[in-house]
Amino acid sequence: MTEVIITNETMDEEMTLNMGPHHPSTHGVLRFIVQTDGEIMRKATPEVGYLHRALEKIAERCTYEGYMPYTDRIDYVAAMFPNQCWAMTCEKLMGISPPPRAEYLRVISCELTRIASHLIMLGCMAMDVGAVTAFPWALREREAINDLLEELCGARLTYNYHRIGGVSFDMPKGWADKVRRWIDNFLPLMDEYDRLVTYNEIYVKRLANVTVIPASMAIDWGVVGPNLRAAGVKWDLRKADGYSIYPKLKFAVPVGEGKVGTVGDAWDRWDVRCQECRESAKMTLQCLEQIAAFPENDLMAELPKRMKPEGEAYARIESARGDMGIYVVARGGTEPYRVRIRTGSFTSMAILESLTPGIYVADLVALIASIDVVAPEIDR
Amino acid sequence: MTPEEIFHKLERELGPECVFNFDAGTGKAKDAFCEVEPGSITRVAQLMKADPALGFDYLECITGIDFPNDQKIQVVYHVYSYGKKHRLVLKVSLVRDDPVIASLCSVWSAANWLERECFDLLGVLFEGHPDLRRLLLPDDWEGYPLRKDWKEKPDYHGIPSTRPNPFDLLAKAKALEAKKAAEAKGAEPADGKPTKVVEVNAAAAEPAADAEAKKAAAKAAAIAKAAAKKAAAKKGSP
Repeated sequence: MTEVIITNETMDEEMTLNMGPHHPSTHGVLRFIVQTDGEIMRKATPEVGYLHRALEKIAERCTYEGYMPYTDRIDYVAAMFPNQCWAMTCEKLMGISPPPRAEYLRVISCELTRIASHLIMLGCMAMDVGAVTAFPWALREREAINDLLEELCGARLTYNYHRIGGVSFDMPKGWADKVRRWIDNFLPLMDEYDRLVTYNEIYVKRLANVTVIPASMAIDWGVVGPNLRAAGVKWDLRKADGYSIYPKLKFAVPVGEGKVGTVGDAWDRWDVRCQECRESAKMTLQCLEQIAAFPENDLMAELPKRMKPEGEAYARIESARGDMGIYVVARGGTEPYRVRIRTGSFTSMAILESLTPGIYVADLVALIASIDVVAPEIDR
Repeated sequence: MTPEEIFHKLERELGPECVFNFDAGTGKAKDAFCEVEPGSITRVAQLMKADPALGFDYLECITGIDFPNDQKIQVVYHVYSYGKKHRLVLKVSLVRDDPVIASLCSVWSAANWLERECFDLLGVLFEGHPDLRRLLLPDDWEGYPLRKDWKEKPDYHGIPSTRPNPFDLLAKAKALEAKKAAEAKGAEPADGKPTKVVEVNAAAAEPAADAEAKKAAAKAAAIAKAAAKKAAAKKGSP
């Protein structure tokens, strides 16, 4: 623990503490300035920016295709999503539509990444609140996904797999069966995970009714993705916008129901992600079934010889941390004029300050873990 | 509602001087947008949120774009309605030398951090914002990096923002060595007293190298001192 007492200005019990930026429970490099009265928090102010790498400025000096590897670094826990979002933005701008096989490969890779990202959240959150066993269980499964994605695109973390107009590689031989085998193994494991942690009495007591985000507040603050759904709002861009090939897939949108406490509490945020893992696995199976109908190695659309678009476009996708959008303004050059990246972690972090008054210090850790922020995505 | 209907509704309620220049998003711009007069942004936002037929409850994104040639900074709002499932883009053009606009924090809380980021990177002042501080950059940062005319400074608190190319340094060191060797060799036949000259050369060369090393050490110490000072300042500030 790196909490260091900085000041104790007044004679009452209120203290100002520094938490982070290298705190094990802050998921990256996050810093909080915490005002506490004993164990009760008066306020926690997030200080972000430690991982700011000026990705929006860098984009102004890159070609459209050349920016793709940088998008991996927006969210390195689930790098497939910024890839897809950037590809979709450029395609929207230039009027390109990728071939269906590429769309399927995009969805397969994204849904596998979503599971991997949620597994990180599940493992870390359990560990943050004291259940250590869950962490290696989750990480073991994530490792398997990393192996699968490495076979698909050659990288384990920063994939750089999607391309403007398609994807870079087709599935290797026998890869589909490997994925199927892994999912057949994974689905029962999630049930076991539920028995081990989700419905564990200690775990439920620890998280039920803790740091509730009501639906109205979540919408007002622009909280998106699993956090919004945990608040009881049944809204998923994959259903609402129906981008890519999602309309062809059957899947449910899990929402928080307050099974053990209040709708929108930390336990609901956990449970929604558990269920989303299952849905993503089922979606992947459907994709593997349907993709066989499309010719192999038909992965790239016809592209203009030189990409010098003009105009502007904003494309959005449902990433592991919710609504991700990239807005690009082009003025006819080989580089974009302005790129803006809107991420789920950013708005989740913004709401945090207004949630903290009155909660326990230990619950701040549960709150950070349960909203699943990734520091590079906040700072970009 | 289609974006066009939304625009016409806004125009009817607020007047054509508040919202104008509607673009259906079928041409170069791929999303429907309309422009808003800077002074009316709060009224437009309030109507968009409060009117039951519009119901814009989700502020997706705020973007600032610098156009130095037109002497303007554009602030772009992407807004969406969960209930009605429709969206619209609002664009506001501000004077580049004095970009001021009313904050929308009272309408959508999501504007809080989005506006702070826009202030941080582009220098747009949001009037009425409850806590308009820099978000991503340090508090003492000078300038607004996402403006097109921003130039990186050579150092920040004594920490250089560039470093010399190691290959250049290597080449320099090699050239110096070669020069020394040539001098030592060239001095022998000219003087006729080789041993003494070599001694003098060595004696002359050593203090010079010493001075260089001392200089480098002093510079490193200065940098470390500045960094420590900055760290102390940052620790004290909250």
